[in-house]
Amino acid sequence: MTDEHPFPLPGREQALHLLREMLRIRRFEEKSAELYSAQKIRGFLHLYVGEEAIATGVMEHLRADDAIVATYREHGQALARGVDMGAIMAEMYGKQEGCSRGRGGSMHIFDARTRFYGGNAIVGGGIPLAVGLAMASKMQGSDAVAVCFFGEGAVAEGEFHESLNLAAVWGLPVLFACENNGYAMGTALARSESQVDLQRKAASYNVHAEAVDGMDVLAVADSTRRAVERLRRGEGPVFLEFRTYRFRAHSMYDAQLYRDNDEIERWKKHGPIVRFEARLRSAELLDDGTLAAIEAEVAREIEAAVAFAEAGTWEPVGDLTKDVYSERGRR
Amino acid sequence: MSEAMTSTYREAMKEALCEALDRDPRVFLMGEDVGEYGGCYAVSKGLLGRYGPDRIRDTPLSESAFVGAGIGAALGGMRPIVEVMTVNFSLLALDQILNNAATLRHMSGGQFEIPLVIRMATGAGRQLAAQHSHSLEGWYAHIPGIKIVAPGTVEDARGMLWPALLDPNPVLLFEHANLYNMEGPLPAEAGAIDIDHAKVRRQGKDLSLITYGGSLGKSMAAAETLAGEKIDVEVVDLRSLRPLDMPTILASVRKTHRVLIVDEGWRSGSLSAEIAARLAEEAFYELDAPIARVCGAEVPIPYAKHLEDAAIPQPETIAAAARGLMGSHG
Repeated sequence: MTDEHPFPLPGREQALHLLREMLRIRRFEEKSAELYSAQKIRGFLHLYVGEEAIATGVMEHLRADDAIVATYREHGQALARGVDMGAIMAEMYGKQEGCSRGRGGSMHIFDARTRFYGGNAIVGGGIPLAVGLAMASKMQGSDAVAVCFFGEGAVAEGEFHESLNLAAVWGLPVLFACENNGYAMGTALARSESQVDLQRKAASYNVHAEAVDGMDVLAVADSTRRAVERLRRGEGPVFLEFRTYRFRAHSMYDAQLYRDNDEIERWKKHGPIVRFEARLRSAELLDDGTLAAIEAEVAREIEAAVAFAEAGTWEPVGDLTKDVYSERGRR
Repeated sequence: MSEAMTSTYREAMKEALCEALDRDPRVFLMGEDVGEYGGCYAVSKGLLGRYGPDRIRDTPLSESAFVGAGIGAALGGMRPIVEVMTVNFSLLALDQILNNAATLRHMSGGQFEIPLVIRMATGAGRQLAAQHSHSLEGWYAHIPGIKIVAPGTVEDARGMLWPALLDPNPVLLFEHANLYNMEGPLPAEAGAIDIDHAKVRRQGKDLSLITYGGSLGKSMAAAETLAGEKIDVEVVDLRSLRPLDMPTILASVRKTHRVLIVDEGWRSGSLSAEIAARLAEEAFYELDAPIARVCGAEVPIPYAKHLEDAAIPQPETIAAAARGLMGSHG
């Protein structure tokens, strides 16, 4: 958008890491769309193309013992968190090697190892979980935090308001990470909210709130770093509104009657990857060869993930009711 | 050896809470007015002073957020007890109970356990009208992934919470609002009871009266009346509404060959309907008479005392149904 960069570039290695993470998500999503068309992936598929800077930037400042709750548009967060790409792809194939044994699909990626608690497909439904995870952390005397991703559509849900208030009243270490991509499915924010400046809603609960350029990975990372520092110091919850845009349809069923192509093309011009790439090139941190090498590395990882999913197996129907309950017994 | 003592359902619940808070530092209680106010039914009176505000947490009136926070805290390694004032209010948290508590384990391929107890008051009898008096535990018993228990005696009020907390699954505990003042025997060493199994509260040979919670005492009273009429009623207290202890139910039915189900919940699509259907499936040829039911009338529970009384099972209506059942031929 502007030539002035408020956030300085990190060193070359870190800069290329951020670019690589965003490209992993972008290419994974493109492959997912292709596999959806090929009917390898079924059900609903919500892609994160355009929003990669947010998951990438936020995860930079989280620790292994922090907890994450995301939405049905969560491939990007899962990948950036370190959930195995093959397990995510196998999940979307419905295979039992999937991270959720094929029970959840695209919308329900879970991974206990990385404390990734979904994959929640009820808009707003994951927010209270993050409050509880933060509560557990605080009661256990830990400085681990909980991060909850949700879209701007969730701001209309009661659970958003209840949760912000509860987290603020109890001073809980929750980062409310709002990904404002402008549309709740097909409903533009201004058509559904009387107050479209979302940080003001959070501020009304005495939650520290900031609006952030969600298309700039460095802006996302910087705001997250400051937010997480506050959380770990016990200064109460933080709300970050990441202003972003999804370049693709809401889901694969969406004909996008509610927005025009000009708008999409305008946003694409300042997409998170093209902007960052251009900045790296102008700082001479990136050249064609380096980019090609990163792309090749990403392509290999995706190829391996697809192969893993293809080779996966179906959970036996006899296991259908397994894990409705834990059978571990009382203790 | 047991010293014969009596207590109230309310005091027994409070003792159960104290036992849990004393035994496990991961246990805490949260809900509306559980602290400063002492609990809307005074169950947690005094606990804030004893355990402090970290473990006895007054919540805002945000059922969905604090029930969801309980689920999150359980995922995070705590053992929360969440109190919802009444089952009618729990509908505001139904998203969390169904879409998260009951679902996350299976949907994640078995990665997580949610050792959470949600307590709530249920049932009519206090002239609180239609938004505080319903018996919706049967609805919850429809949902796979959660367990449902309902204490009908003082001893069960004392003994259900601890095993429910030890369960790695979410357990909903339904306390009948009309029982809090009920007195009953409570041995000095009373503790955990068997929440997996129904309990035969009264042995009998003529018919099996299957009930739970707030209808248990009424059913026992009806059985006493009927005993004077030479009708020998066996009373089975379900204790657990999900899962149902079918072996105990079937054993009773095989003995008596007649069944009367008493449930304060509405009749249509109900827990009583489920039990009747299972008996039709599993014990049809044991039955000497059609299965009978006494259920809540299919109305929003009204305020006026005579109408409220008429809307829910009473000893007289239970006894009348039993007489009708004994009059029918097999």
